[in-house]
Amino acid sequence: MNVRLYVWQRLTAAVMAPLVLVHLIVIFYATHKGLSAADMLARTHGSLAWALFYGVFVAAIAVHASIGIRTILGEWSRLGARQRDLAVTFFGLLLATLGLRAVAAVVLS
Amino acid sequence: MSETLQVAVWRGDSNGRYVNYQVPKRDSQTVLDVVTWVQRYADPTLSYRFACRVGMCGSCAMTVNGRPRWTCRTHVAKVASSGRLVIGPLENLPIIKDLAADMQPFFEKWQQAKGRFVASKVRTDPIERIAPDTPARIAADAAIECINCGVCYAACDTVRWNSDYLGPAALNRAWTLINDARDAANADRLSAVAGDSGCHNCHSHQSCQEHCPMSLNPTASIAGLKRQTALAYMRGMIKP
Repeated sequence: MNVRLYVWQRLTAAVMAPLVLVHLIVIFYATHKGLSAADMLARTHGSLAWALFYGVFVAAIAVHASIGIRTILGEWSRLGARQRDLAVTFFGLLLATLGLRAVAAVVLS
Repeated sequence: MSETLQVAVWRGDSNGRYVNYQVPKRDSQTVLDVVTWVQRYADPTLSYRFACRVGMCGSCAMTVNGRPRWTCRTHVAKVASSGRLVIGPLENLPIIKDLAADMQPFFEKWQQAKGRFVASKVRTDPIERIAPDTPARIAADAAIECINCGVCYAACDTVRWNSDYLGPAALNRAWTLINDARDAANADRLSAVAGDSGCHNCHSHQSCQEHCPMSLNPTASIAGLKRQTALAYMRGMIKP
């Protein structure tokens, strides 16, 4: 890992810390109130706030996790540097695609 | 306790094996004494490295019962209460022969980390006064007593997994120079430790601190480098 990746990983961690907290509070709130899927979707549908919240969350996760996986692959696999970077770029794009698709599903559906 | 030590010593290169010897047990006996006895009385072809015998030169580090140690200051009574010793060369380094590890990669990384002092003055300049109580000087003093023994390098998991990683000793040296007001090469040095082989690979396992015979804390030095390089990068002063 170099200093650029280090800074990106720390910055995304700093972004995720409060988002994880809010995410957990939302989960506890929803389960405590006994909200159904339909109730939740009714609240998230068309909400720019939830779209931004989880959109930023997904972007931060995709960057943060990819950098971490890059380190693990570098230390524990026999992949060359180029193969490793291609693999984690694909992994990050996959996380971003799946995550943003889920965000779109709960906000736009 | 028996009067004889059961000692297994690594013989050969990386394809070698442990060979067993019986060594007389003595009072205040060090592991280096044991190795020396084997060479003098059991097998004169045994290769190992030592110089000062008083914990200053950093030459005699070996793996003793699974841990890297300075053998001249390691008493047998403290590490082999059962009377059994397993002595091998330092890990994470090529083996030249028997207990002599090849230190070349270790010292090459000192050079890569810009571990060489670069003077900011010439001999005709007045001698610079260094206040001992500045934060930078205190940080440098806390890390400066390294004897280059390679114990931290042999103990480092990250070196084991990533052979390009500069390692605790070279980075600790860079940290002392970055905190030295007399040095003139800090921009280059920060760039040197901020690349793909640099300080950001450290996982802070703290094995270096745990094993350092001088009780230094290279992990703290590396954490300092991470902070300084991150700040320098965000200010546009260095590029990875």
